[in-house]
Amino acid sequence: MSGAARRPAGGLADLVEVAPGLHAAASRSPLPEWAAGGWTVTPADAEAIAIGAGILGTGGGGNPYLGKLQLVRYLEAGLEPVVADVSAVPDDAWGCAIGGMGAPTVGLEKLPRGTELADAVVALGAHAGRKMDFVVIGEIGGSNAMGPLSVGAQLGLPVLDCDAMGRAFPELQMDTFMIGGVSPSPFSLADAHRNVVVFHRVESPLWAERLARVLTVQMGGSAALAMPLVSGADVRRHAIPGTLSLARRLGQAVLDARRAHRDPAGAVLDVVAGRRLADAKVVDVERRTVGGFARGRMVLERLGSGGGHAARLEIAFQNEYLVAWEDGEPLVTVPDLICLVDLDRGDPVSTEVLRYGLRVAVLALPAPLELKTPAALAVVGPEAFGYQVPFRPLPGELLGSRAAEPAGKLSGKLPDS
Amino acid sequence: MAERQALVRLGIDVGGTNTDAVLMNGNRVVAKVKTPTTPDVTSGITTALRGALHAAAVPASALGGVMIGTTHFTNAVVERRHLQPTACVRLGLPATGVLPPMIDWPPDLRETIGNHYYLVHGGHEFDGRRIAELDPGEVRRAGRDMRKKGIRSVAVSAVFSPVTAEAELRAAETLREELPDAEVTLSHQIGRLGLLERENAAILNACLQDLARRTIGAFRQALAGLGITAPLYLTQNDGTLMSAEFAERYPVLTFASGPTNSMRGAAFLSGLRDAVVVDVGGTTTDVGALARGFPREASWAVAVGGVRTNFRMPDVFSVGLGGGSHVLDEPLRVGPRSVGYELTTRALVFGGDVLTATDVAVAAGVADVGDPRRVSHLSRDLVARALDRIQAMVEEAVDRMKLSPDPVPVVLVGGGSLLVARPIRGASEVVRPDHFEAANAVGAAIAQISGEVDRIFSLDQVSRDEALTAARREAVEQAVQAGARPDTVEIVELEEVPLAYLPSNATRVRVKAVGDLAGAGKPSGGPYLHQRFPAGPARGIRCGGTNPYSTFGPGRMFRASGPMHPPPRSEG
Repeated sequence: MSGAARRPAGGLADLVEVAPGLHAAASRSPLPEWAAGGWTVTPADAEAIAIGAGILGTGGGGNPYLGKLQLVRYLEAGLEPVVADVSAVPDDAWGCAIGGMGAPTVGLEKLPRGTELADAVVALGAHAGRKMDFVVIGEIGGSNAMGPLSVGAQLGLPVLDCDAMGRAFPELQMDTFMIGGVSPSPFSLADAHRNVVVFHRVESPLWAERLARVLTVQMGGSAALAMPLVSGADVRRHAIPGTLSLARRLGQAVLDARRAHRDPAGAVLDVVAGRRLADAKVVDVERRTVGGFARGRMVLERLGSGGGHAARLEIAFQNEYLVAWEDGEPLVTVPDLICLVDLDRGDPVSTEVLRYGLRVAVLALPAPLELKTPAALAVVGPEAFGYQVPFRPLPGELLGSRAAEPAGKLSGKLPDS
Repeated sequence: MAERQALVRLGIDVGGTNTDAVLMNGNRVVAKVKTPTTPDVTSGITTALRGALHAAAVPASALGGVMIGTTHFTNAVVERRHLQPTACVRLGLPATGVLPPMIDWPPDLRETIGNHYYLVHGGHEFDGRRIAELDPGEVRRAGRDMRKKGIRSVAVSAVFSPVTAEAELRAAETLREELPDAEVTLSHQIGRLGLLERENAAILNACLQDLARRTIGAFRQALAGLGITAPLYLTQNDGTLMSAEFAERYPVLTFASGPTNSMRGAAFLSGLRDAVVVDVGGTTTDVGALARGFPREASWAVAVGGVRTNFRMPDVFSVGLGGGSHVLDEPLRVGPRSVGYELTTRALVFGGDVLTATDVAVAAGVADVGDPRRVSHLSRDLVARALDRIQAMVEEAVDRMKLSPDPVPVVLVGGGSLLVARPIRGASEVVRPDHFEAANAVGAAIAQISGEVDRIFSLDQVSRDEALTAARREAVEQAVQAGARPDTVEIVELEEVPLAYLPSNATRVRVKAVGDLAGAGKPSGGPYLHQRFPAGPARGIRCGGTNPYSTFGPGRMFRASGPMHPPPRSEG
């Protein structure tokens, strides 16, 4: 069907037309045995993951809304991705991390064809001469959490329960694979015309960023990126395990709290170690654009505090929330997570919608271990973002330990949280 | 000098419960009437019109204009009634296919209008390049299929049409050849960037075409029945007027005119241009902020009837507090349940059996309606606590809508505003102007005419100052051409957004000018004589060119600043 005929919404035929060959259930890989213990994503999970990914976006990362709509289409057509634990993947299995590259605002207008990410993955595998066994989420915070699940649905590949940021970050090299020294090349970019470009070799993550950026503009301002190519061993060594199921649990906790008319921010801290810095009102926001990044600062006033100076919090952001001060003293700094959620509904509050009067719960979650090594702090610590403040880690870890994820609540919750 | 003579205007607000009318002579309210809204709308309007003319002892021939604000079209979508089968043609292949039109609609609404859509090749990239060539054959086939199905209203959307409308315009031309009688709504005329939201608004507009023609026809009939020959206008979301002819084609632009009218009326009646407005009705309290006399717009997608849209809507915070709110004790609760329009039969002071916020206000002596003896038994303690609660609800809502921590004036309007009897925390002053209970109809009566320019300028070709000056001048000229009095026109919005990625130092400039309606005559065409976007990005200044596509109406442009994909917010 080349165009004008009307098509019913939601049918499998529709999805096959959009991406011949790729989306057909018949062409999906059979699920590998090692992934058999994983969980299957349902529409309710998609809803929860979108909220949880928004919270882990720490104010940036883009809105997962469109990605969720796309994923739900596959789910409704019977194409359900399976999420597998990182402990299950064999050392010599291969896959890649995937995500979107370019201006997120472009993606709101030029909606995807649906083939982009899958094309990038297939091309990367073909170039490297490897059968792809799994996909990895490059960035769990924000919109990039959703695409890999759609690819998992389309190609029948397990999606590993992990990511390479544990939150959202603005740049390619702020990724635990890159920090750990995994080669950025080969990598691939794909667009809605089904142009697919594989970069055979790049000298560094910076070169990858530079070259990919130019191509992305030609591809219409946003493109699908498959990078880096990783083995099961690489994933276990470098990725942050458990972050996808964490996003799901966070979102589910918010949804449950909303339904029960309970406090959604409190529900978040029932799931994850962390502190509630304040229930506060935004009283000042200052923004400017520096080098393509939206930088800014905001002042929050604790609710019911009467507005005294000591009751104020200040938070600096650059796409994401980076540093929080209380009374001039740094309280939380990147890479620890500063998450703002709407007091009433628990919806994640992004830096874009900040304005006077907004009522939020300010949550501080400890960063995962992988972001707190000296090598990682050199790339994602406060100084890497231009803040001359030391990183004083919050106690605890986002996910307790590197051990396999327990099914229920995390054991890493701290007594003082 | 007919121009100098004060204009006699009738403003009407058709709400869900009441129809309010005010007759204004220049800046004075000379008569006001409140009557129940009738199911057919027309007879309620006729009653209100006749009442207002009678009360003011003014002949129908003296009227210079009739301005109607109505929630009729919003309600039709919310209630899924009177919507016609509608198709959407989206130009975006090979992109966009995985998220087809109406994908995020409530299924019942999608089915109500038939879920007809066609994906065809076309649309543009962010920088004006074509994604794919438009294939007229594809569009033609879609048109034929619609003809076969008897669909007579079409929404056309194209990727990046707010940057260049070429694809939508060409597709519309082809569709008209296949479907000469069809109504065609083009998305770039309605919304801003964000394909799904803009397309949603276009489809909603398309499915209201028949209802718009019938309803506005009924308005005209009501006027004709009373011998009124003055021009008829409808108020739109941004507080300015559109001609009845224009409103027939763009009913979606009336969606938020209710709160807008009451805020504009509050600004007019109080003389304040920067303030927070609290409109207390029977069931809800709507709180909004005025900036330079106009409601501040929401910066996120506003959902109407469950559909995300991105047209300009006032940023209104609603709480379930009104004159009819139930008051319960132990624990104390005020609202959100309300007796609504049954206040005058069910509230205690009117002989009913429900303790309402109005009863509490009467018992406390701050309101004087009904029979105070019927609430004399209420405990002082309960009355005091309930008033405290009401006060706290209003104060919190006011605080949410303030733009800064500094105290601001607060204007109280709406019949229920009598409930608020004390100074408001965070307010520099609290004003309850005369005619506060008819602020919405006053807002309709005083609505102005606007002109708007939204264009990309290349600052390699002109200086920034030249670009801004040209855009300002052009917006003023458009307002005047559309019927505004030249000496009253002023620039109310000026927005400048540098565009990333685009070569040649491009910047998008949006300017809106508004002025008072001139005394005589009907403006030719719509009130907005819009400048269409030049096809392709980053062009120099283009002034006053004739628009070859004027049959499609004015182009409503998007606003490039601000977050474009924030969380949805329901209209609740």
